This record gives sequence, structure tokens and C-alpha cells, in this order.
Amino acid sequence: MTAVNPAGCRPEMGPAQHPAHEDAPRLTNSGDRALMLEEALIFELGRFDATGVDIDEPELEPLPALSGFLRKAAPALPGLTEPETVRHYTRLSRQNYAIDLGPFPLGSCTMKHNPRLNEKVARMPGFADVHPLQPVQTVQGALKVINELAHWLITLTGMHGVAMTPKAGAHGELCGVLCIKSAIEARGEDRTVMLVPESAHGTNPATAAFAGFSIENIPANADGRVDLEALKARLGPDVAGLMITNPNTCGLFERDMKAISDAVHAAGGYVYCDGANFNAIVGKVRPGDLGVDAMHINLHKTFSTPHGGGGPGSGPVVLSKALCPYGPIPFTELFEDGHLTLVDEETAGARQPHSFGRMAAFHGQMGMFTRALTYILSHGADGLRQVAEDAVLNANYVLRSLDGELDAPFGKAGPCMHEALFSDDSLPEGFSTLDIAKGLIDEGFHPMTVYFPLVVHGAMLIEPTETESKAGLDRFIGSMRSLAQRAKAGDTSLKSAPHFAPRRRLDETQAARKPVLAWKGDSGA
Amino acid sequence: MRYLPLTPANRTEMLGVIGAATIDDLFVDVPAEAHLSGPIADLPMHASEMAVERHMGALAAQNISAGSVPFFLGAGAYKHHIPASVDHLIQRGEFLTAYTPYQPEIAQGTLQVLFEFQTQVARLFGVEIANASMYDGSTACWEAVAMAGRVTKRSRAVLSRGLHPHYAATITTMAKFTGDSIDAQPPRLVGEPSPDGLISGIDDTTSCVVVQYPDVLGRIPDLAAIADAAHAKGALLVVVVTEPVALGLLEAPGNLGADIVVGEGQSLGVGLQFGGPYLGLFGCREKFVRQMPGRLCGETVDAEGKRGFVLTLSTREQHIRREKATSNICTNAGLCALAFSVHMTLLGGTGLAKLARVNHAKAQQTAKRLAAVPGVSLLNTSYFNEFTLILPRDAREVVRELADQRILAGVSLGRLFPGVANLANGLLVTATECTTAEDIEAFAVALEGVLA
Amino acid sequence: MPLYYTQDHEWIDVDGDTGTVGITDYAQGQLGDITFVELPEPGATLKKGDAPCVVDSVKAASDVYAPVSGTVTEANAALEGEPELVNTDPESGGWLFRLTLSNTSELGGLMDRAAYDEYVAGL
Repeated sequence: MTAVNPAGCRPEMGPAQHPAHEDAPRLTNSGDRALMLEEALIFELGRFDATGVDIDEPELEPLPALSGFLRKAAPALPGLTEPETVRHYTRLSRQNYAIDLGPFPLGSCTMKHNPRLNEKVARMPGFADVHPLQPVQTVQGALKVINELAHWLITLTGMHGVAMTPKAGAHGELCGVLCIKSAIEARGEDRTVMLVPESAHGTNPATAAFAGFSIENIPANADGRVDLEALKARLGPDVAGLMITNPNTCGLFERDMKAISDAVHAAGGYVYCDGANFNAIVGKVRPGDLGVDAMHINLHKTFSTPHGGGGPGSGPVVLSKALCPYGPIPFTELFEDGHLTLVDEETAGARQPHSFGRMAAFHGQMGMFTRALTYILSHGADGLRQVAEDAVLNANYVLRSLDGELDAPFGKAGPCMHEALFSDDSLPEGFSTLDIAKGLIDEGFHPMTVYFPLVVHGAMLIEPTETESKAGLDRFIGSMRSLAQRAKAGDTSLKSAPHFAPRRRLDETQAARKPVLAWKGDSGA
Repeated sequence: MRYLPLTPANRTEMLGVIGAATIDDLFVDVPAEAHLSGPIADLPMHASEMAVERHMGALAAQNISAGSVPFFLGAGAYKHHIPASVDHLIQRGEFLTAYTPYQPEIAQGTLQVLFEFQTQVARLFGVEIANASMYDGSTACWEAVAMAGRVTKRSRAVLSRGLHPHYAATITTMAKFTGDSIDAQPPRLVGEPSPDGLISGIDDTTSCVVVQYPDVLGRIPDLAAIADAAHAKGALLVVVVTEPVALGLLEAPGNLGADIVVGEGQSLGVGLQFGGPYLGLFGCREKFVRQMPGRLCGETVDAEGKRGFVLTLSTREQHIRREKATSNICTNAGLCALAFSVHMTLLGGTGLAKLARVNHAKAQQTAKRLAAVPGVSLLNTSYFNEFTLILPRDAREVVRELADQRILAGVSLGRLFPGVANLANGLLVTATECTTAEDIEAFAVALEGVLA
Repeated sequence: MPLYYTQDHEWIDVDGDTGTVGITDYAQGQLGDITFVELPEPGATLKKGDAPCVVDSVKAASDVYAPVSGTVTEANAALEGEPELVNTDPESGGWLFRLTLSNTSELGGLMDRAAYDEYVAGL
């Protein structure tokens, strides 16, 4: 398979093959350019008297129950009819890159295919149109979904229990850290320090700080992993625990993980594992076998629920036997006759007396549970294992194919897991990681994660996931090589990339200096 | 496997390029004792699309869906009609399968939606700015309390008795760990909530007063009086709106003195989904912008001068500020925010006001009919689309008995406030545009039956 | 008016017991476009090494440390509307805050211009 899509312009065609570019008009009257469609704001398009919803207004009685509270004027929200609405959002959608369009190799984000069966199932009225406070006798199927997914998560991770209610990964981290804090308080101890490796996601220190811990960094060793000796030297009676990511943010498996856990436990602390990278090991390794006490699972990463342009997420937390008693309410409880109930404020005193409490209204991200369970059942125990293997294989293929063209700081240390990490060391003076990222946009790809982890200069973190075919990877690798070579040849057009995207580089300084966070103009007049 | 494009031949060829003999050579860093040699026992193997759909369909069939029966539940989650185009648009792959818009040149679709969403929320709430959304109403409510602490440099929050108990519990849980002091009490069964008790709890150490509007029993509190009292002591007024449709008729909290307005946006565009994912709304006065949690989208220009949008003021957030961030939140509820925004665009201010009038009218019809059932009385003096009935016996039992007759009668106060004896006979009933005259009559007749 | 410098790239200009604090031209160059400056409240008491002030760029938030101990008397109000002054005029119009020194002997530990230039050249 060629590295270039044969349907489009190919390098051998040369610039002379594009005479149309020479005499193409720069501007159009509409501002649009064929399928490159611009779209105004709804506040510019809409009208106060327009609506796209027909509502049968019943005979209105007077409003005595509202008198004195009525608003003086209708909200200044313009409306659009249905065809205008569909067009507005459809035109906007075309300014987005998405997994449905091509590779989205954002390291640490696990942008895999979102199966449409998940969407179909989540929209079954029995799941989509059920109220969280219906009597439990009317929602047995919903409780079974939670329970069945919980069973899978516990089994796949080799842990003791799972808290299903956290609403996203960072919320799950908070859940795990609050369990640790509660367990330490229950022991009557005062441990105030949470250890966090330098390469950690920002949510780790932010979460631990929120829970009242002070943060201390643990350095990495030369091959990109936690320095076990430095960790051991710091452990002591003031340390509550360690928040570690495994596989870590350099895309490497923490091969000393068991020794790390043993050391933390011996010092009286707990091990929190950031499960953002679980996709690399699902079905291959159980974190419970490595001494982990708590780990969140981003259902939108490993288990394919859609990222939706930034959420919603879902972050169940698997817990060790030591931390389970402190987990949040509510949760499902299965009785011998097969029926399920919810343990909430009413029964927590008897069933979960040491719970640290409730983290959010209702029972968790049910809409994500149905999607994740659908995905899990589709793959099964064998397919999930294949997912991890293909994700790791794809990343190593990228690592070896680009090592040499780009600097792979840990490339000599052995295979990576599901992410290939490069630095900007081999880029010539004047060219940065950002230029490669923006160049990738012109090549028709979403850029990789850039400038993270912080421990590598000008980091480029590539996570292809198991979704990419070999042909797709070859095209991506071809583009990456081409960009690296253009930088080395001093091609300054890379400095102003992207050239072909809906927008050129945006002025983020102006946005932050003079924030405009809402439309201020009159609208709908 | 239908979701995995690599063929066995691909895998062999790629291992050759890598220089590995087997796939397990790539897992060499995993300690041998933790390396599973095959699929985990006792878990099923992969299944066809048809088989999975059948299994999940069977589970779905064990639930009674709101649209299939007379349905009167609310209490922070509401059954509204979602126009078909909303669900179509949020399933566009460019929205559904995009990530957080960190590369703005190829994410203007998501970013412009967020900018429009922020503006819609700010205008609905009557405040200058709103963020790009949070997990849900309850977590947004805690974030508001935490933010009020940062703004006022105080740590004592006073919660109104009319605050949803799950919201109060969420705040209380978080405060245990941050050291904030929280005053929270269950509601009193009176038709008109008096602000006096709340106001007397405000002093010079109070960071904020948290008031739900309409409150958990459906009553409408006098925000202006509470705002004046809070401001007199240097405290902020945080207003919580769990039913945004109400703001089609009710004055916006920002216009009544609220400093921070948070809410649950599920009512517009987002289905009931057994409790999540929902949509946290968060708006405030512009002067507090640097203390806000969550993502913000702002307007700017690109290198050619074209208008464009970016995520901005990121130095507040965890990925930059780490342990000094305003919140540990990373994600927002992007797709739910899109659904809310599309629905709001379809309605417009005029449509929202009309929808609100219909909701109120249906609630009036429902209240009138149910209060005519012998032994049943209406508690509320004021309400929007939700009100509290006092039954002659434990409302939890009544709800269960009516559910056996396939009538979902409302939320018993015993479910919301377990163990609070004097609330046990209370039943919270909601009507929306989805409620029909037949539903109301069926409910009333069945209620008469179980109370007879 | 003697100018002193710290290894964290702050400068302090001292007139009697009043000091004016800012960040150096080198520091602003490293930070890039400054988008916001979080300034201390007048009356705040600072110990040498406290971080009363934060300078934001688009992708970073950097603490500014007090070069000496003292009490804040004034913050540079011009930065509220024009944070870019820290970029364009870091060692004069882009000053951050003034304080009354509580221990002038702490100045002895700071660098003069020549020593600072040499320090920067070695980075």
C-alpha cells in the first residue's frame, strides 16, 4: 500500500499540475469556498420570534402560583427554525476533525473507534428514558447493566470492588484519593503527603491537593520510569500514598511496579494508579496483581464511549479490599434471588457504614455504562486481549518506523506500550514540535499530544490505538517522515502551518489578554 | 473481530519490522508473574453485533420507560420532549467522535458551539459569563461553593433547606475533605419558604448562601431578599436551578442578585438516562472569571484576521496549574452541552417561554386534579412544574403500589430524605409538556384506589 | 537608586526603605506573551521567598517570589488592562508591586547587574 492516498494530489504530480491555483480568485462574495463553508453565530443568524419547535399551547389559566416571580422580558435567546438549525450545526460540524475522518493519535487520550452499536443500545427507551429515582422494581434491567459492567471491571483488573458513580477520570481520581484519606483517618493516622511522579497527568496533583494533601514529586530514572530508590528514600510515616500511572505517560510499563507497591505498603501508604492507559494492558495484566489499591478506568478511553468533543466521561474506580469499605454511595447490591437494589443514604449505615459519602446526584453515568458494556460484550475476554496487543503492536510499529527520523528518548530502552514518544532533539534550530503538529493538520491528520509529558523536551506522544490499519499507519508514518524532512531542509512554510485548515494559527494571546467569553452584541432584532 | 483492522499477516509483518518474534516480546517489561497467558477465565468470549444487541435489549426491556406509562417524576431530572433533530445532530461523527478542542484550527465546530452555549447559559441565568459546562448540577454546585471560598477567602457555606438532598450531600462530602464548614438541614413542610431562618444564619464568616430556585419541594424562594442579606455580610449568593425550563417564565437569578448561578441542564436536549450523563451549567459575574473552574472558550482571530475560537484562560486549570488549579476537573460534558445548545436554538427565547407556560399549565391541571383526591392536599403556595402533595400515609409505599399498576407517580420525600419522619407522607409530583390529560386522570383514579 | 537581581529573575529597585519589584527582560523573554498578572493586595506582609504574585502566559503560570521581606504598599494597576507592559517594558513601566522593606540587610544576598548578566550568560 502506498504511503500517499492515490485519490488526491501526489508529490509526483508537481506544482505544474495545478494551473487552477494560479488563476483562482482569492475571495468569494459569500466568504465560503465551495465545500469550505463559513458559519455565523446563532446570535447573528437567529431571530427572537423564530422557533423550530411547535408547541400546542393549552388553555392557559391565570398564573397565581407564579405571581411576583415572573420575568420582565423573555430571555434574549434567538431561535431558528428546524431547517436553519440543522444547517447551522451541520456546517459547524464540518469544521471539526474526528476519529470518523481519520487517525487521531493523541497520546494518553485513546481515541479509538466508537462502535455505532453502542449508540443504538444507549438509545433503547429502556435505558435512555428511565428516571434515576423510579422505584427499583421498575429499573431492574438498568441495575443489572451497572452490576454486569462492575463485574467485568473487577474481573479485568483483578480488584476487590468498584465504585461506579464517578463522572469522569478526574472525578474517579478524587474518589480513589478520598478512599485513601478515609482509610488513613480510620487508622487514626495523620499522613499529609501524596507522592506524584514528575511525568504525571496534571489531574493527579490537582486532585491530591484538593483532598488536602501536599504534593511531592518523585523523579524519573534515565529510562523514563519511577526511580524506585528515590521513592523508597522518601517513604515514611507522613506519606499517605503514591499516585502512579501505569503504563506511564512516557508510554512505558513500570517494570518495578510490584516492588513499588510493596515498598509503599510496607511504609503504610496506598497505591493509586491512574488508569488512563489501561488500554495497553486490558486482558494482558491485572493491576490487582501488581499491588494497586485504587484505579480509575476512563470508559471513554479503554471502553470506546465517545469523547463527544470533550465529554461526558465516566470514571469508575476499582478498589482493593483495604479501600472498599470507604467507597462512595450509592451502589448496587445483588440478592440471591437475582433482584438488585441500590444502597444509598437510607441503607448505607448498615451496608457501608464507613463510606466517605456521596460524590454526585443519582447513580453515575448510566448512558456511558450501557455503551461500555456493549463494547465489552462485543469484544469478550479474547477480543479485549487482542485490543491491547494490537494497540501495543501499532505503537511499536510507529516507534520503530520513525526512530532515526525523530529522536526517541527511550527508544533504546526496549519496546513501548501503546504510545510512541519522541522529543524535538532531532529537529533543526528554528523548528519546534508545534510546527510538526500543525504540519500534520495540513497532511489531514489530527496531531499527536505535544509538550506532554513534561519530562521530555518538546514531547510528541503518539497513540495510534488498535483502530488503525497497517495501511493507515503507513500513511501517517509517511507524513511524519515528510514533515521531519521538510524541517531539516529548512522549509519555513512549516512555521506558518496549517495552510489548508478552516483556520490558520489562532491568536491565543489576544484571547487570554482580553477575554471575550460570550457574544455581547444585540441579537435577534 | 469487527472492530480490529489488523490481519494476522499484518501482525506478522509488523513484528518483523519491529524486530520482535512474538507479540509477548513487546510486553517484556511486564513481570512474568503478572502476565496473563490467555483470556481471563469465566468471562464470555467475543459476540456478534446481533447477539450483543439481543442481550442488551433484554436488559432494557426489564425497565419501565418514562414514555410508556403515566409519568410524574422530577426532583432534579425531568422528562421533556427532545426534538428529533437534536439527537440527529449530536450523532454527527464530527461532533460525537472529536476530542477536546486542543487543536483549534481543526476544532472550530466544537469551539463555536461552546461559545454559543456559554452565551446561551449566561443569558438564561442573567449573568455575564458561563463556562463550557461541568459534569452535572450537583458537582457544579460544589464547585460554586469552592469558588465562593476562593473569592471571599472564607470557608463557611450556608445551604438553604430547599436544596436537593443529593446536592447537599455532595457538598457535605467534599467539605469534609477541604475543611469547609457546611450548614445543611432538611426542609420544613410549609407552603411558602421563609427566608428568615436562612438569613439569620448568614454572618461575617459566611462565604456563600446556596439557594435552589425553584426549590426541591417545587416552591419559589424570594431570591432578592436573600441576595441583599448575603451581600450585606460580604457573602455571595449561589443560586441552583435544576429545571432550566422554569427560567422561561421566572426572572433570571442574575437579575435578582445572584453572584454565581449553577444548574442541571438535562431538561434541554438530554434524556433521563437513569441519572447520567447530565450537564452541569455554571455562570457568574465577569469579575470572578479568574476564580472559575472548568473550561472556557473565547473569541479571537487567526493569522489571516478571520474570527475564530479557542480554549482560553487555561492557566486556571489542572493541566497547567497542577496542584494550584481552581479545580481538578479536566473534562466537560461536551456532547450534552451540544444537545442543550441545539435544543435551545430550536426553541429560542420565545419558544422557551411558551414551553414554560405549557409546563406550568400542565402542573396546575395536575395539582388541581390530585388535590381533589380525598385525603390529599397541595403543600405549595408557589410552584412552576413541580409541587409537593401531602398524602394520608407513607408516600414511598404509595409510589411502589402505583408502580405495580404501571403508574410512575412521582418522587416520595421518604426516598429523598430517608429517616426524616415528618416528611414521609410527602410526594413530589412533576408535570411537563409530555403529560396528557389521560395521564393525569389515570394517576388520580389509581391514587384514589390505593388510598381508599 | 541601586538595582538588585535574584536568581529567579526578579529585580528590585530600592529607594530608602521602599522597594519596587518586577521581573527581568530575560524572564519575560522566557515566559513569552504575558496575558495576566495576579497582583498582591496592598497591606500584605511578605517574607523573602514568598510568592505573592503570578504571571500568566498562554500556556504557563509562573510564581514571582519576594526578593526581600516587607509589606506591600502598592500594585501596578496599569497591568490590569495592559499585562503586555511586562513584555514591552519589564524593567520600568512593567513593574509589579512596591513594598516597604522590613530587613534591608537581605539586599546583601542579591546580585548586581553585572553579576546577574554573568549569571544569565551561564544559563
